[in-house]
Amino acid sequence: MPATAAPTAAPDRVTSEASNPADGKIPFESWGRYPRYGANIVPMHWQQDFPANIAGLHNGALPVGMGRSYGDSCLLKDGNLVVTTGMNRLLAFDPATGILTAEAGLTLAQILDFAVPRGFFLPVTPGTKYVTLGGAIANDIHGKNHHIAGTFGNHVTRFELVRSDGSRRVCSPTQDPDWFRATIGGLGLTGMITWAEIKLRPIVSRLIDYEGIQFHGIDEFLELTEQYKDVEYTVSWIDCASTGANFARGVFMAGDHAQVPGELTPSPEPKLVFPFEAPGFALNHTTVSMFNTVFFHKQLKPHVKTLQDYEPFFYPLDKVLHWNRMYGKSGLLQFQYAIPWETAREGTIRILTEVAKSGLASFLAVLKAFGDVPSPGLMSFPQPGITLALDFPIKAGLTFPLVERLADMTLDFGGRLYPAKDAAMTAAQFQAFYPQWEQLARFRDPVLTSSFWERVTGDRPVL
Amino acid sequence: MSASQSSVPAGGSRKILVLGATSGIAEATCRLWAAQGASLFLVARNADKLAAVAADLKTRGAAYVDTAVADLDDVTQHPALLAHAINSLTGMDIAYLAHGILGDQARAEQEFATAAQILHTNFVSVVSLLTWLANFCVQRHSGVLAVISSVAGDRGRKSNYLYGSSKAGLTAFLDGLRNRVDREGVTVLNIKPGPVKTAMTASMAGSEKFADVNKVAQSIVKAIDSRADELYVPFVWGPIMFVIRHIPERIFKKLNL
Repeated sequence: MPATAAPTAAPDRVTSEASNPADGKIPFESWGRYPRYGANIVPMHWQQDFPANIAGLHNGALPVGMGRSYGDSCLLKDGNLVVTTGMNRLLAFDPATGILTAEAGLTLAQILDFAVPRGFFLPVTPGTKYVTLGGAIANDIHGKNHHIAGTFGNHVTRFELVRSDGSRRVCSPTQDPDWFRATIGGLGLTGMITWAEIKLRPIVSRLIDYEGIQFHGIDEFLELTEQYKDVEYTVSWIDCASTGANFARGVFMAGDHAQVPGELTPSPEPKLVFPFEAPGFALNHTTVSMFNTVFFHKQLKPHVKTLQDYEPFFYPLDKVLHWNRMYGKSGLLQFQYAIPWETAREGTIRILTEVAKSGLASFLAVLKAFGDVPSPGLMSFPQPGITLALDFPIKAGLTFPLVERLADMTLDFGGRLYPAKDAAMTAAQFQAFYPQWEQLARFRDPVLTSSFWERVTGDRPVL
Repeated sequence: MSASQSSVPAGGSRKILVLGATSGIAEATCRLWAAQGASLFLVARNADKLAAVAADLKTRGAAYVDTAVADLDDVTQHPALLAHAINSLTGMDIAYLAHGILGDQARAEQEFATAAQILHTNFVSVVSLLTWLANFCVQRHSGVLAVISSVAGDRGRKSNYLYGSSKAGLTAFLDGLRNRVDREGVTVLNIKPGPVKTAMTASMAGSEKFADVNKVAQSIVKAIDSRADELYVPFVWGPIMFVIRHIPERIFKKLNL
């Protein structure tokens, strides 16, 4: 397989490719704001709109939701992005079973607004609630309860998939199971998901029984992981700016839905908006080290227990809309691996050492142990072991070489990277991480593609 | 007026007839009513869209949802349709008229049939519906007739004067109707939205800056509850249109609006 070169260009050159809105190409940004490509926006409001709404359009199409994927898996350069957020109806809810049927453009935030007052919660939630149901399936997202509940796809009972030839099929684990499996984690390439059915879980309160425990080093993290394996939600923030005695220090955060009946009110609308792009130098090693030190000592005791609302527990960053502007106009690069248990400890220490050595501090670093619930998707990212998510400001000549090194290390340790958080892996790396990619290629709708898919497969359909 | 105070029960038990229920503004408004537990009768042209909207409103908590597929351009069907809807709802507290088309201004300038179609859908069919509905409400000395017009009806502009004149005609009709039926305990609300982000406007340039449809819907629900006569939404369109109405014609006719 010919490997495409890693994009090592200075970001300035890339941003200038964003087309001028005057020619009808609107830059639809991914959450990392890198890369930026112009595309034609095709709004989708009704389940019947697709495929008529892309009839006659050239250069391929891609269903997209809230654009919370960090890299280019939600982009299609100079193609057509079918934005599903206008297709956001609830179709049925059965409080006896918790089964919710909804159109795929509904966001998890909108599901929570409906479900929480009725005593229900998402079965799996990522670190932001501003993703669509369709996006959650297409990326087979995971959350803090992966070691108990598996991925989002584990709680999807059915969905409808519409192909660009107009054919429609309802997929489930027993009905068209191969299409079901290919579409979960299928990056939106197998067709348009119009509606889906998921099983919500009951709650009796907004509150989370929370524990925060400081740790020093990966071994302490692994001990805590074992000790808290029966707690539903666990995740760790880790300081990857520090070396020496503070190397891999962090805070292990554990929580369960409170068992004591409490408030079930909907969440208020967020009021804070990050108002402008921070200058490029705002996030440097010094400011990030300071942030990490403050975060580590934010909890004044090594071990705290408290009740916490679910919003700050699950969605601490959703409080500030457009927080990604903090990374300035060059954007940010995410990096998330899953390394299997056999090599997880060594791999994590080696990668954290490499990051600390690079001087490119990651502002937010999140560490978690994945459990062994089998992922339902052909291309699902999670596998048993350790996952680490890092984000780096894009600095010319530094960030891409580092991330490419980290990707090679991940490969050496038998791990893989998360397409939803990637803008840099090479075709060769991707195809080694996901040898099953050719199976997805066969299920791909011939009209649907993404800039990510083109980058990692070298495949752009001529349309 | 005591009759009017008691005619719209607050909150859940209200019976609401919605014409053009799959329009973006109507759907957003209905979601708020559904969450309050209202009873809804929904009318729209497209059966698939109507079914999706009805399922959503039922799921969100509407006490009762019934639907009818109808092309409201066919005015001969109006009396039967309205009678059926009110039977199904077992009464009516609010009629919400939200159907309308933007139309193709450029084509309407060249081709009268297109112009006539805009006037028919946005004006003639609404007059037909309101004539029946107003008489129903007057007999009972109660009811709110809430009608979506547009700021475009406040002054004709070259970019959309067919749409604008259909809405201007509607505004004049609503003013006159209100003058007639207010003393009978019936409220006529003329809703004048500025540009709103909906399916109808999704392809227009700059639509990402248009008003949020959910906020518009909240204002409409509030205006109906307070029995207002007129609503500019978002609010800022009130002063904007005041200025636009008062630009002298010798200047206005030279502008590119």
